[in-house]
Amino acid sequence: MSPILFWIFSALMLGFGAATILNRNPVASALSLVVSFLGLAALFFGLDANFIGVIQILVYAGAVMVLFIFIIMLLDLKAEQRRQINIPALLGGVAIVVAFTAQLVTVIRSYKAGNEPFAAITPNLPDAHNIGMTLFANYNLPFQVIGVLILVASIGVVVLSQRELK
Amino acid sequence: MNFIDLLKRIPEICKTPETLPLEGKKLILDFVTWLGSLVGIAVPPWVLTLVNILVVIVAIIAVFLIMFALMSVWERKILARAQNRYGPNRVGPWGLFQPVADGIKMLTKEDIVPRNADKVVHFIAPIVMLVPALILPVLLPYGRGMVAIDLSVGILFFFAVGAGSEVAIFLAGWSSRNKYSILGAMRAIAQMISYELPLVMSAVIVALVAGTLSPTGIVEAQGGYQFGFFPNWFVFTPWGFVACVLFYFSALAESNRSPFDLPEGESELVAGHLTEYSGFKYALFFMAEYVGMFAINGLLVTLFLGGYQAPLPFLTFIPSWCWFFIKLAFLAFSLVWVRATMPRFRIDQMMQFAWKFMLPMSFAALFSAAAWHYAGRGLLGWGISAVLVAIPYFALGYFCFTRHHSADNRRYLFSE
Amino acid sequence: MITLNDYLLVSGLLFALGFAGVLLRRNIIIIFMGLELMLNAANLSLVAFSRFGIVNGLPNYNGQMLVFFIITVAAAEVAVGLAIIVALYRARQTTNVEDLNTLKF
Repeated sequence: MSPILFWIFSALMLGFGAATILNRNPVASALSLVVSFLGLAALFFGLDANFIGVIQILVYAGAVMVLFIFIIMLLDLKAEQRRQINIPALLGGVAIVVAFTAQLVTVIRSYKAGNEPFAAITPNLPDAHNIGMTLFANYNLPFQVIGVLILVASIGVVVLSQRELK
Repeated sequence: MNFIDLLKRIPEICKTPETLPLEGKKLILDFVTWLGSLVGIAVPPWVLTLVNILVVIVAIIAVFLIMFALMSVWERKILARAQNRYGPNRVGPWGLFQPVADGIKMLTKEDIVPRNADKVVHFIAPIVMLVPALILPVLLPYGRGMVAIDLSVGILFFFAVGAGSEVAIFLAGWSSRNKYSILGAMRAIAQMISYELPLVMSAVIVALVAGTLSPTGIVEAQGGYQFGFFPNWFVFTPWGFVACVLFYFSALAESNRSPFDLPEGESELVAGHLTEYSGFKYALFFMAEYVGMFAINGLLVTLFLGGYQAPLPFLTFIPSWCWFFIKLAFLAFSLVWVRATMPRFRIDQMMQFAWKFMLPMSFAALFSAAAWHYAGRGLLGWGISAVLVAIPYFALGYFCFTRHHSADNRRYLFSE
Repeated sequence: MITLNDYLLVSGLLFALGFAGVLLRRNIIIIFMGLELMLNAANLSLVAFSRFGIVNGLPNYNGQMLVFFIITVAAAEVAVGLAIIVALYRARQTTNVEDLNTLKF
């Protein structure tokens, strides 16, 4: 992936990610989250993971976002009021963020192997085929467990969203 | 190379209609090279790549927008014939210039934005609607070797991009600050989520049988003829027929066409999410809806109706790209026919139809396709597969629709 | 030239953003969105590692498998979580976490 594209999509993703958590209006947050995930999917395409990128768009932009938006509409949420800023909590949060970023930079600095460029990849990889082979050959049991998980989740949603919880 | 040579190539190209679009593209590239030599420079390769891409994009957008314009007048003509009247016949020969008149009308109308609307979102919603709709046709194979991008995950990408229109409808409905808009948007999103499941399921069945997710590969898998005359299209297998019908109705619902036009049901919701849109933004929504409709029906042609393959062996003299558009035109006609015939669904009926009938049927078609594959894809498999889809069909029809919803069981109150 | 470290840095920043969202915001839906951001930051670094640990011209698909499972689990989690939010909203008419501070109601 060319550096220009990488930084454009990274900036898009991080900028809209920041907009997600800074917006006071939940609908604006949800829409920023969509754009952020689209930038992430573009980064996946740049890493030659076409299948994962498409799944990312399909699941997040198609399903998860629509769920969020639907719930926001259903609950009729309004923009939040400005809150009193809690000074000690804010200082603590800033300290945590600075410490985390410093730690991140230190760890990445010390990881020398990560500074080498990516090795060449076979062009026009049959991505979906390879992922399917890996999934069904090596990860058969986890795949079935995931199926059970989705079943449990869907039953759980039906039970939870019944009108009377008695 | 000089200009006369280029001109001489045009009749040569026209002699072989099969490769006409591809040769035409080469001709344009050579023309650009000739233009460069006229100025006295060698055209750099990136310019040629850019021209190559632009030619394809412009061709696809032009074809689909012309089809949208023709469809808008054709649809009104067919609807008029169905209702025993003439339809538009004043502007141009047979009313063919009606879209031009409509376009001028739309452009000169006042663009009204409600005072309480979220102005930015209200402005970008039609754009967000149109952009995915214009990306969709890029993925379809129009003829032999005529596909703009041959993605190995093309089918999945199609549905991923198609999901963008849900977000756009939400944007339109929410930003208008109008109860009809938001009701229409909620209905539209609920409908699109419900019908996306059978849509994707029936596409997945085809992908499983063809062994590939690329649209070109799927069309190639339907090539050849059984017994020398019977086309190998997936629609002529029992599971394929069921999946094709499911896909057709899901596509109707996805593109908000009648009888699934509840989101914009004008007799109950004014116009749903379109209520507060006027002028050219309204036209953009319509353009997006029609281009999306063509694209999803093009996918239906690709998945089930053999794409660009000719229906009978002796008809192969008609070029492959013509066959694609003939099938697409047939489907477009059938859509208008359905619109002229069917009344609108009630919302609970629509949801029941999606979840209680279409989704189980798509799973039944999946099992049936597996049986067809493992019985050797011959006549035996055909029979087993037919039984496997017939049983769920009659069972679902009996249990879902006859018992609980007959008119006798329901007492209407005066308040209803 | 873009290296693995650049991807890890971007992924770490995205994780920090999501984490900040979870810590700072009081609206339970935004907190949920922050969780999604954190999961996706993990996905990005996993895909980057998968592309980095290349074997015979093929990426290491084990990393992409994990991403696949994370996306699936995240989708299930969102469905259940939003259902819980709807149930909470029905009981208390609020989505502010500070108003949801009793275990039993």
